Amino acid sequence: MRNIQSEVITKAVRDLCIEANCHLPSDIKEAIGACKACEPFAIAKSVLDRIEENYEIADADNVPICQDTGLACVFLEIGQDLHIEGNIKDAVDEGVRQGYTEGYLRKSCVGDPIERVNTGDNTPAVIYYDLVPGDQLKITVAPKGFGSENMSQLKMLKPSDGLTGVKDFILKVVEEAGPNPCPPIVVGVGIGGTFDKAAYLAKKALMRPVDQRNEKPFYAELEAEMLEKINQLGIGPQGFGGKTTALAVNIETLPTHIAGLPVAVNINCHVTRHKSVTL
Amino acid sequence: MEKKLQMPLTEEMTRDLHAGDNVLISGVIYTGRDAAHKRLCELLDQGKELPVDLKDAVIYYVGPAPAKPGQVIGSAGPTTSYRMDAYAPALLDLGLKGMIGKGKRSAEVVEAMKRNGAVYFGAIGGCGALLAKCIKKAEVVAYEDLGAEAIRRLEVEDLPVVVIIDRWGNNLYEEGRKTYVESQSENR
Repeated sequence: MRNIQSEVITKAVRDLCIEANCHLPSDIKEAIGACKACEPFAIAKSVLDRIEENYEIADADNVPICQDTGLACVFLEIGQDLHIEGNIKDAVDEGVRQGYTEGYLRKSCVGDPIERVNTGDNTPAVIYYDLVPGDQLKITVAPKGFGSENMSQLKMLKPSDGLTGVKDFILKVVEEAGPNPCPPIVVGVGIGGTFDKAAYLAKKALMRPVDQRNEKPFYAELEAEMLEKINQLGIGPQGFGGKTTALAVNIETLPTHIAGLPVAVNINCHVTRHKSVTL
Repeated sequence: MEKKLQMPLTEEMTRDLHAGDNVLISGVIYTGRDAAHKRLCELLDQGKELPVDLKDAVIYYVGPAPAKPGQVIGSAGPTTSYRMDAYAPALLDLGLKGMIGKGKRSAEVVEAMKRNGAVYFGAIGGCGALLAKCIKKAEVVAYEDLGAEAIRRLEVEDLPVVVIIDRWGNNLYEEGRKTYVESQSENR
């Protein structure tokens, strides 16, 4: 059995928090560029220019792409043959604390949802634990801004609503969000599972690079179809009108109950950030 | 063509601002978002004086990232405005003339804007690194305990914004989208 010290995890999480917030993943940059090239509407093109200029400044100056440096969502894929010395939750939180403090990132976490007093160091992180084969640890930090999180929705559809119901719901969520979540957006969709698993799938879908389609051809086609339909709505970058409302639709699915068809839509802005490391 | 505006924003100046206009704002503006708005409106409810004079003022809905050494302020883009809708009409009635944010506003806010000749500007969301470069000076003037949500006095130079809703209630979100959709159907 392999051993890993919790200090190693802390250091990795610290660095990932800073990296993820200051440097946009290349797949998102490429998607923004590709959309700009086929954007027919002048004001939309000029907004996309500014968005590119912004991430270039963030890259060059090592500053956050967006002031909302998010709740720190941390995905852990823990090899079942790995032994972690120390408390893993504390190790991750300490990494978030160091990253957000030493990286000059905004602290956006309140300790209680009703009392609403800022915790001052962006902890605790939202941690997702996954046990996988092997003896490695994969850590993904995905800072999640709430302008887009607030525009996300979940619906327990009926089996009779079928594929049409799923499509209509995705479009409804994007339409109601309009300019609020900072389009162009990335649309994460979770279909199936339970109430909570559908939401988890939708969030996980946002971790997939936007240039990778679902492995199943049926869902890959559905992703393409929904992207086209969303980009016919005319909302455009920042909601000023235009073709580029979404950069991608990523769908993930799970088996579900004979009585149900849960669908969750998790919206992300054009600053869809995530950074991973395997230890 | 961009219109240059030197703060404060008077009622006369807003007559020249129309939905869709590109504007560069210079001078003093204030920051404020959820928690600060809540406190301001609690003071109003108690009949107390506010920590800032809102007459002809502009509030930028932003919670900036902390400044790195050598920076005036960290990344500072707009937050979503609808969360301030419950509070904005009372502040507009006190003389607030402009709000900078992103996203839709309620019918009540638009009515209060029309009543007071005020304007709603949009800054590009998710462009905080770029927008921070227009901020030349920043100091906390109230509610320091709120951290990023404290009220700050900003001195800005050519801060790029767009008129989303003008004082007559015209709305760029509706008009821009309509123009785009019509241009697409003409091309078909």
